[in-house]
Amino acid sequence: MNFKFIVEGGDFTNAGTASSHIKKMMKQLGVDSSIIKRTVVALYEAEVNIVAHAYKGEIEVDIEEDKIYIKLEDEGPGIPDITQAMQKGFSTASPKVREMGFGAGMGLPNMKANADILNVNSVVDKGTIVEITNFFKA
Amino acid sequence: MTIQDIVTHISGVIVEGEKHRIDPVECAFASDLMSDVLTINTTKRIMLITGLANTQTIRTCEMSEIKVILFVRGKKVSDEMKELAEENEMVLIETPLSMYRTSGVLFNLGLSPVY
Repeated sequence: MNFKFIVEGGDFTNAGTASSHIKKMMKQLGVDSSIIKRTVVALYEAEVNIVAHAYKGEIEVDIEEDKIYIKLEDEGPGIPDITQAMQKGFSTASPKVREMGFGAGMGLPNMKANADILNVNSVVDKGTIVEITNFFKA
Repeated sequence: MTIQDIVTHISGVIVEGEKHRIDPVECAFASDLMSDVLTINTTKRIMLITGLANTQTIRTCEMSEIKVILFVRGKKVSDEMKELAEENEMVLIETPLSMYRTSGVLFNLGLSPVY
């Protein structure tokens, strides 16, 4: 089962719409509630990151029998130092993002905590690709 | 503790989800930082106490399975927030009290912290 969502940079009104759709879809499919929560928390953090940092982005979701794979690809400034960005407390977020309750440098670490597999690849001045995979059974 | 008990003790008003007035709340978490809220890991019925009133507050609680949000310091809930909350069967409460006072009152009444 495949889905695709477009995310606009700076559009905080609609941030979370894709995550909300995926949550409902996983519920309908009868996925364990703790796995749904882990997945949507990681996805929502990633979706907010596109809105907060990129110009635009695309989210591709592939739900298979045993796992969910999510790829978030954005056009934006990229992350110069991913290791640094993975550290709790490191953030380059704008005051606007902080007003929304984010930008405390917890997004990427929280994504890592809630994903079975997390890959982050980035090219400065081009964009970032985040891949999240969660398995339905431990 | 029910939502009704909470509202009574903090001069609160339920602005969305009136039908859930007698639903129980087991514990609470107070924060304006949504990233902190997203780290909560519990299956209990939580209430978020916050001074951050925007649509991302509702979205964050949707992802975190938090069904009750208490807005402090007289923060007003917008129509858009109400719609989103209704869609997710949430309860939204407003109180003029500060976050510290609200938390203190409810803690003294026996409402447990998450951690």
